[in-house]
Amino acid sequence: MCTLEKRGNLFILTLTGEDRHLFNPDLISSLLKLLSQVKAQATCGSALITQAQGKFFSYGFDLDWAQAAGSEQGAVKRLQQMADLFKPVIATLLSLPMPTIAAITGHAVAAGFTLALSHDYLIMRKDRGILWMPEVDIALTLPDYINALFKEMIGDASVRRHLLLRGLKMKGDEAEKRGVVKAAYDGEAEVREASVCLAENLGKRKWHGEVYAEIRKGLYPQLSAILGLSHKVYAIARL
Amino acid sequence: MCSLEKRGNLFILILTGQNGEHRLNPNLFSSIISAISRAKVESTRGSALVTVSHGKFFCNGFDLDWVNAAGSDEETQQRFNLLLDNLKQLVLAFISLPMPTIAAVNGHAAAGGVVLALCHDYVLMRRHRSVLYMIDLDLGIKIPEPFMALFRAKNSGSARRDLLLRGLKIKGEEALKMGIVEAVYDGEEEVTNAGIKMADDLAKRNWHGEVYAEIRKGLYSELCDILGIASIPIATPRL
Repeated sequence: MCTLEKRGNLFILTLTGEDRHLFNPDLISSLLKLLSQVKAQATCGSALITQAQGKFFSYGFDLDWAQAAGSEQGAVKRLQQMADLFKPVIATLLSLPMPTIAAITGHAVAAGFTLALSHDYLIMRKDRGILWMPEVDIALTLPDYINALFKEMIGDASVRRHLLLRGLKMKGDEAEKRGVVKAAYDGEAEVREASVCLAENLGKRKWHGEVYAEIRKGLYPQLSAILGLSHKVYAIARL
Repeated sequence: MCSLEKRGNLFILILTGQNGEHRLNPNLFSSIISAISRAKVESTRGSALVTVSHGKFFCNGFDLDWVNAAGSDEETQQRFNLLLDNLKQLVLAFISLPMPTIAAVNGHAAAGGVVLALCHDYVLMRRHRSVLYMIDLDLGIKIPEPFMALFRAKNSGSARRDLLLRGLKIKGEEALKMGIVEAVYDGEEEVTNAGIKMADDLAKRNWHGEVYAEIRKGLYSELCDILGIASIPIATPRL
């Protein structure tokens, strides 16, 4: 499902296995638990990399599990359940007291894309993998916190519209050009290496984690409000 | 004034004006809003709307001659406020339309005409003989909400500032570079045909109209809040 590893100052959260890493209630709970552990063990100079094994970063909510409810009403209820369970995962990432990097080596779709987008930096493969919000194609509206996430994380209105209203499948090089990801590299190893390199460089700055988190929240006020994250004023001036 | 044509799955809103001018007065507003209402009523899965015009002007904004022809200062203000209200209704109608919308801007668009163009999901434009001009600054007219919200929703970065705060007459290539339009074409026939083709391509995605409208509203949530329309969650998943 997912594992947490500590490598020096780096926390590495891995979605394990070759499957689509679908977010069902179990995986969502595991993610939340591990992220809470990261938060608890954070120190000055920490950084998080979220990565996945195999061809998929994540294909989003487990629609098969939703459909297994047996009725349309039941399926809708299960979808809502997953959306509700997922919200705290995004909230935890948004308030994590350290820089965060998503190392996207496979397809990041729907809630999978959302998870990646909740990180400070996105690094992606150029040669494989897409970012995709298929909700318009499968006739699903988006929860308010996901709308807010896209609004505040992707500044370009045109890009946002293409992703959400047109269901564009965005490859690495386009994602890099349009500012959706920080950088795109050829090859899985290159992406992982670049993510570790970036995490180490950011860690070296020895930022005060709580302050970092507060500044991040200040960048995304609407999203923070919807996620129920309060704002604290810090002045621990390192003068 | 304007007419609505149905061609298969496409609704084609044709702006026609006397002397080639297209100025927004209560009659034209009523005409356009009725046409949009009709499209809404007759919409099905896989519908799309494209707005085209003929001649020198796409739409030149408010009919200020009509406003100023009022008997008194008070009535002048009332007429102006009426047009503002009508424009707000127009924005509302477009934002809630359950199908993708495209504006094929073949002529000049000023003030309210720019708003009309931006009400559409996608804007195509002529390379020459067509400018987008927010003349409001030069005329000393404030741009009230919700129209400011529309610009905030649809444009980003320096493009937004340049559109509103610089009194620029923005030609096709510039509009393309600024991300205000999707593409530019030479000639009225080319831009009109491109608009119809794009509408056709989007119609072929066979999107669920209500869901499409709700995703659009979620994308432009600030605008919808100001317009007083909430977006409702829909899940009729095509799983």
